[in-house]
Amino acid sequence: MTESDRRSILKALVATLAGLSVGGLDTPEAAAADASESWTTQTIEAFADTLIPGQRRFPGDVVVAGAVTGPGAVQAGAVGLLESPELPVAPLLPAIAALLDARAVAYAALRLIWLPPTLPPFVGLSFSDRTALVGGLFDPDDLDRPIWQVMSLLVGLAFDTAGQQDTGEALGQGHPGLTWLRFPEPDPDGLWRFPDFSYGRPLAALHPNTTASGSPA
Amino acid sequence: MTAQTTDVLVIGSGFGGAIPAYYLAAGGARVTVLERGPRAAAADFTQSMRLGTYNKIVDVIRGDGVAVVAGNCVGGGSVVYFAASLRAPSFVFERHGSLGRQLWPAALTRAALDPWYDRVEEALPVTRTDWPDVSYAGGVLAAACRRAGRTCNPVPVAVDTNACTNCNWMLSGCRFDAKRSLLLNYLPAAEAHGADIRPLHEVQTVTPSSLSGYRYAVGYTVLDPDDYSCTAQAGVIHAKVVVLAAGAVGTPVILQRSALLLGGIPAAVGRYFSGNGDRVSVADIVEDKVRSLLGLSRPDGSAYQGLPVGRPITAATYDHLDPTAPEYSRFTLQQIYFPPLTNLLAQAAGSPAWFGIEKRNMRARWRSWLTLLAMVEDDNEGTFGVVPLTGSFTRLAPGLGQGTMTYHPTSRTRRAFERADAALREILEKDGLSRVRPWSEDVAGAVTAHPLGSARIGDDPATSALTDGHELRGHSGLFVTDGAAVPTSLTVNPSLTIAALAERAVATIVTRAADAGVTLRRDVPLPGR
Repeated sequence: MTESDRRSILKALVATLAGLSVGGLDTPEAAAADASESWTTQTIEAFADTLIPGQRRFPGDVVVAGAVTGPGAVQAGAVGLLESPELPVAPLLPAIAALLDARAVAYAALRLIWLPPTLPPFVGLSFSDRTALVGGLFDPDDLDRPIWQVMSLLVGLAFDTAGQQDTGEALGQGHPGLTWLRFPEPDPDGLWRFPDFSYGRPLAALHPNTTASGSPA
Repeated sequence: MTAQTTDVLVIGSGFGGAIPAYYLAAGGARVTVLERGPRAAAADFTQSMRLGTYNKIVDVIRGDGVAVVAGNCVGGGSVVYFAASLRAPSFVFERHGSLGRQLWPAALTRAALDPWYDRVEEALPVTRTDWPDVSYAGGVLAAACRRAGRTCNPVPVAVDTNACTNCNWMLSGCRFDAKRSLLLNYLPAAEAHGADIRPLHEVQTVTPSSLSGYRYAVGYTVLDPDDYSCTAQAGVIHAKVVVLAAGAVGTPVILQRSALLLGGIPAAVGRYFSGNGDRVSVADIVEDKVRSLLGLSRPDGSAYQGLPVGRPITAATYDHLDPTAPEYSRFTLQQIYFPPLTNLLAQAAGSPAWFGIEKRNMRARWRSWLTLLAMVEDDNEGTFGVVPLTGSFTRLAPGLGQGTMTYHPTSRTRRAFERADAALREILEKDGLSRVRPWSEDVAGAVTAHPLGSARIGDDPATSALTDGHELRGHSGLFVTDGAAVPTSLTVNPSLTIAALAERAVATIVTRAADAGVTLRRDVPLPGR
């Protein structure tokens, strides 16, 4: 990958945040994958599933590795978010997926791992190999590191914050990520308040040199 | 077209800008404030993590090895910060760092700054909190400190605790106007005295003015409110005095861009950048141990599960602020909350730590996390590189920018981090109360919400860009009063110190304005008095 390719991918990735910010994105449906999914989608899904794993969506799902039960990034709509045609990153996902697949081929070759020809190379790896490969993408010397950093950020925002949606609305719809965190519910008027927030009693001695305003001396 | 003129041009409306703007306007000067961000008030602030809300007023600026969180709106950091209002300990003013000479001006001691701290605490105002103000999260830290033989204090805050709903959305701006941001004190007081605050005005250059009687010409662009990377128009304002307070990531870049036309700038501009030694950790608290070891429980029967509840900062231990201890070994440990957008950075047990199965399992315990901020003595090892085309960083999206800072912690800073990590383990891992690990640096490097030092005050011209009076060396009437001016990390949250230094700097700015023919009242009361 050339330096200018790398730059344009990074730019498009971050422009994705801009696209989200104008609110033009529909809530991504929990991915309903089928056999006709493109290699790009499958690779990106497998990447998101490696970061925040979830359960298989259907018997025989090989893209989501099924390392756990319950929701992961794919169920939380991370890939739908990345692939939305309204976002500038969508046209670049094939290049990003190809980059990851190329890394998978190299990874497999070095370790004499057989990759099934019917699957994208990254998807052909076991969950533990996907995990090892993804860990290496964040090596400080890796030139593509910023791409994976921003990709991870987007996957995390989809799962941990439902960044594509208003928080109250996402909670109301049972967003898988916010539900997994047990993010608190707002009051009936849609605002959060916590009248019960404190143990309400002294729990430690104060530092002896505390000043009148509560600062250290 | 008539040239735009003003007596005092203030760049930035955070603590460093709002305070001089008030005193100079109230003293009788024509004051213009240019703010890069939009103007928003309580009704505009949303309790939501939807992209397009909070990230219109908060920026994350990625650099090499560092990511900085900074305010981007009228009121600057005060609108989005967590309002912890602490005075820097006395020893901070005596620091030598790795240069082997005192880094702060000799005239500046804690005692010398105390009267200015007093003023700021009264003006905002700051509330000294007590145990009933401390959140469940702060309570767990406090009880763990006690059990480890340590002290712990409620943290004073610039919050009206009677109006506060403890909603924990402070990063989004206060919906209830309980946070005493600059929108409620210095800024409206400045406007009442005629100050003209212009949002979405991004300053690009400060150059010598060609107008008689004016010293500087400040060039700006007006940003599109829907896309900050688009410029609607440009302009120039001539001023007799300029106060530069664009934040520690903004100020040095404006000066670097202006360097040639200014006829050179001090070598210390864009050097000595500090992240205040910020180091965030997450403790994965064992609920049963909160009950059995700490004896704590909530009315609903749970022991803790309180991460998202209450104000983000409520308690801290001052036990590691021993003035006789060597440099790089002193720090504050403070309870803090970040919205789950930083969840990616938390580290679980095992490998991989920040992603994968164990990390996902840890997320299921999110309510039982306790997030902690250590503020250590770092080495001012950050530098600013090639100046971007416009602004202080390349804006990639609302809320995200690529900056020119490089920050690779030195071995001294690393050791300071390790000492803070060890102290946290000693308090929070005792008898299996929790497992505590710092944020991963894989995704964002060192993360700081407290950028400092990039154009600092000092006595040594080689290592400080500003005089003791905050004037840029060699450039009469050009002042820097924001976090950039703070010479070192503070071991506490910096806002109160930035504000106190700005209060103190006003006298010199007023003198310089008088030199330029602007006659000013000097006995200006606190805002709103």
